[in-house]
Amino acid sequence: MIRISKILLIATLIFTACSTEDDGSAVDGKGETTSFDRGAMLENWADNIIVPAFSNFKSSTQQLEDLTLAFTADPTEENLLALRSQFESSYIDFQTVAMFDLGKAEEINYRRFMNTYPLAASEVDDKIASGSYNLQLPSSFKEQGFPALDYLLYGIGETNAEIVGKYSSENYRNYLLDVSKRINALTAEVNASWQGDYRETFVANTSSSSTGSVDKLTNKYIMYFEAFLRSGKIGFPSGVFTGTPSPINVEAYYSNDLSKELYMKALESYLDFFIGRSFNGGQTGKSFKQYLEFLDREDLATDIINQFDVIMTQATNLNTSLKNQVETNNTVMLAAYDELQKAVVLLKLDMVQALSISINYVDSDGD
Amino acid sequence: MRSSIRKYFDSYTEAAPLAVFRIGFGIMMLASVIRFWLNGWIKKLYLTPKFHFSYYGFEWVKPLGDFTYLLFVICGVSAFFVAIGYKYRIAIITFFLSFTYIELMDKTTYLNHYYFISILSFLMIFLPASIYYSVDAWKNTEQSFQRIPRWCIDSIKLMLGIVYFYAGLAKINSDWLLRAMPLKIWLPSKYDIPLLGDLMQQEWMAFAFSWSGMLYDLLIPFLLLWRRTRLFAFAMVIIFHVMTRVLFPIGMFPYIMIVSALIFFSPEVHHKILKKISSWLRIRKEKFDNNLSLIYKPIKRKSLTSIVVGFFIIQILFPWRYLLYPGELFWTEEGFRFSWRVMLMEKAGYAEFKVVDADTGKRFYVNNSDFLTPFQEKQMSFQPDFILEYAHFLADHFRKDGHENVEVYVESYVGLNGRKSVPYISPDVNLLNFADTFKHKTFILPFNDEIKGL
Repeated sequence: MIRISKILLIATLIFTACSTEDDGSAVDGKGETTSFDRGAMLENWADNIIVPAFSNFKSSTQQLEDLTLAFTADPTEENLLALRSQFESSYIDFQTVAMFDLGKAEEINYRRFMNTYPLAASEVDDKIASGSYNLQLPSSFKEQGFPALDYLLYGIGETNAEIVGKYSSENYRNYLLDVSKRINALTAEVNASWQGDYRETFVANTSSSSTGSVDKLTNKYIMYFEAFLRSGKIGFPSGVFTGTPSPINVEAYYSNDLSKELYMKALESYLDFFIGRSFNGGQTGKSFKQYLEFLDREDLATDIINQFDVIMTQATNLNTSLKNQVETNNTVMLAAYDELQKAVVLLKLDMVQALSISINYVDSDGD
Repeated sequence: MRSSIRKYFDSYTEAAPLAVFRIGFGIMMLASVIRFWLNGWIKKLYLTPKFHFSYYGFEWVKPLGDFTYLLFVICGVSAFFVAIGYKYRIAIITFFLSFTYIELMDKTTYLNHYYFISILSFLMIFLPASIYYSVDAWKNTEQSFQRIPRWCIDSIKLMLGIVYFYAGLAKINSDWLLRAMPLKIWLPSKYDIPLLGDLMQQEWMAFAFSWSGMLYDLLIPFLLLWRRTRLFAFAMVIIFHVMTRVLFPIGMFPYIMIVSALIFFSPEVHHKILKKISSWLRIRKEKFDNNLSLIYKPIKRKSLTSIVVGFFIIQILFPWRYLLYPGELFWTEEGFRFSWRVMLMEKAGYAEFKVVDADTGKRFYVNNSDFLTPFQEKQMSFQPDFILEYAHFLADHFRKDGHENVEVYVESYVGLNGRKSVPYISPDVNLLNFADTFKHKTFILPFNDEIKGL
């Protein structure tokens, strides 16, 4: 017992010796702590952001299919231009849903069917020539979706007349229509699941385990930023992983002046989600930002928002065509990458740590 | 003093507690191996990764391809033989070697409690755990004794005591006690556990858990030793470990510690346990109760006690080796492992490697997931020895790809116990200029904060 009392004495001494150090970092100042309602956060995410975004995108892809039908029924330059314009706005709308790789979208490989690039253009040519293909196969990820439309509407001829000319062939008309229909059908499937049961499943799963909705979505959200926004849109084209710039890796390679706009829309949607801003822009609700604030990490929330400011400001230096940017002055691309990289650290390291969520690491024991 | 030491080594006690411990240990280990297998971790942790992080000096210990499964079979079977006390000496040596080999294959999976199992099984090689209530003793009555030297049982108690006490000492630091870190981060994320979920959100809970955890670890060995507090202490052991099991993904460890703590109880309790087992399995327990004492020949006794004493001297000194390194231990982790620093930190990192061809000046970043599993990447990104080993691995890889004069740099950030992440490794240092050693790694950037305490 003498030893025990000694230990207690030492502990008390250390406590008093160090207590002057406690300069309020641990005190939340509010006096009372209420718990953060993660269920309400899930509801805000689903009802005000994800569901409206998919619903909007569904109308967009319906338009896309309708205009594709109009063009294939009557391949004129006028109809081509109308279809192109719809293609561009649909591709931009896609950036508002691309990060939600959950539920039905995850199950059917939605994002990979919609937007795997660079496109395997020569395979597309072969399939059009033979007229036999199955776009349902996973092996055809690189032959459909928006990258295929991008190619078929901009890349198969030097002039608009030449492109329109290609559609005198039934095979071209069929392939274009099939790609468009598939984009719409896949979107309809995902949208229907959010309109139906999945919304309930998602919101009700407030578990803190790795299968809980907050955990899963956070993982997807961060993976999307790292793999698709940072690496996909900027990293691969600028060659940061190989040392050699690779223009063919630019998103919307053939339409040329769309890539930066897609990048900007993706950034904006991403930040909106972080802040919890509703899809229609009217209000902000429970979000990562508020969650961090609840955990006394306003500093981190602010840092993240500020870093997005820096990223978007830097992006003003980018050419509207990231392809041109890569080919003429890749250093601006590399600078964009560096800024995105700082956001990855804030999100994947600091935010995840503060929320105590594990990034889909192996489920082994800790000690 | 001398005579009291001699007297201590001449005193004898019932072997029953050690027999119960052996049985419990063997069964727990068998269960752990089976659980590990069923969880698919053999494949996930040892067969899937293309690259494995090695302990310094044990680079030759690698997974054995499909034979890795055989290794786990050997480990499990030997654990079972330990439990029943069949060919005990060979079984426990086999268990120690196979288990330790498994742990050395990849340091990504390092856990204090695996280390605990390794050294405990090493200690058990030198203890007469099968001279009572075992197949060996049943078959060979010449090797059957009811009583053994007291130090044999006390050495297990001492080992447990060291684990707890050192774990408690490690908690005497300003992050743990004054900032309630890392519990203040971990507990709120357990919002959905029944009954306690809302309490976990409260800051005072994190402080209460931190302080009581520290006091528990420091005091529990003494409370278990003292007869009058023993029952209370054992109840605490159960509550504490069940609590950690509920809150954290901690595997078999809580159960192992609860079963191990039984060793502190009197021989009568253990005889009751053995009687129960005997009635279930229809074993004639009386056959073992021969009232004989195991008395070692002087030479054997001397060599056994010297090994055990030497073992404990190392155990007591080893956790202090961190004092030989400059810098904050939590930051550099030099001397962090093998020291019972359990659940002390919320530390995570992000490391992006840059490979530079010194001849052409061409540079590119490495996609870590090309080489590492997510778990390996996570562990690598905040531990300097991992970062260094990985840098050398990358250099070898890209040399094979035809890059000749390769340099490897890392841009890394680490966040520790709720502090905002800051750069960790000097980004201008070509990591290939350093080999892994036990010396201080000068390429670690300073911590720029202070954690007071042990």
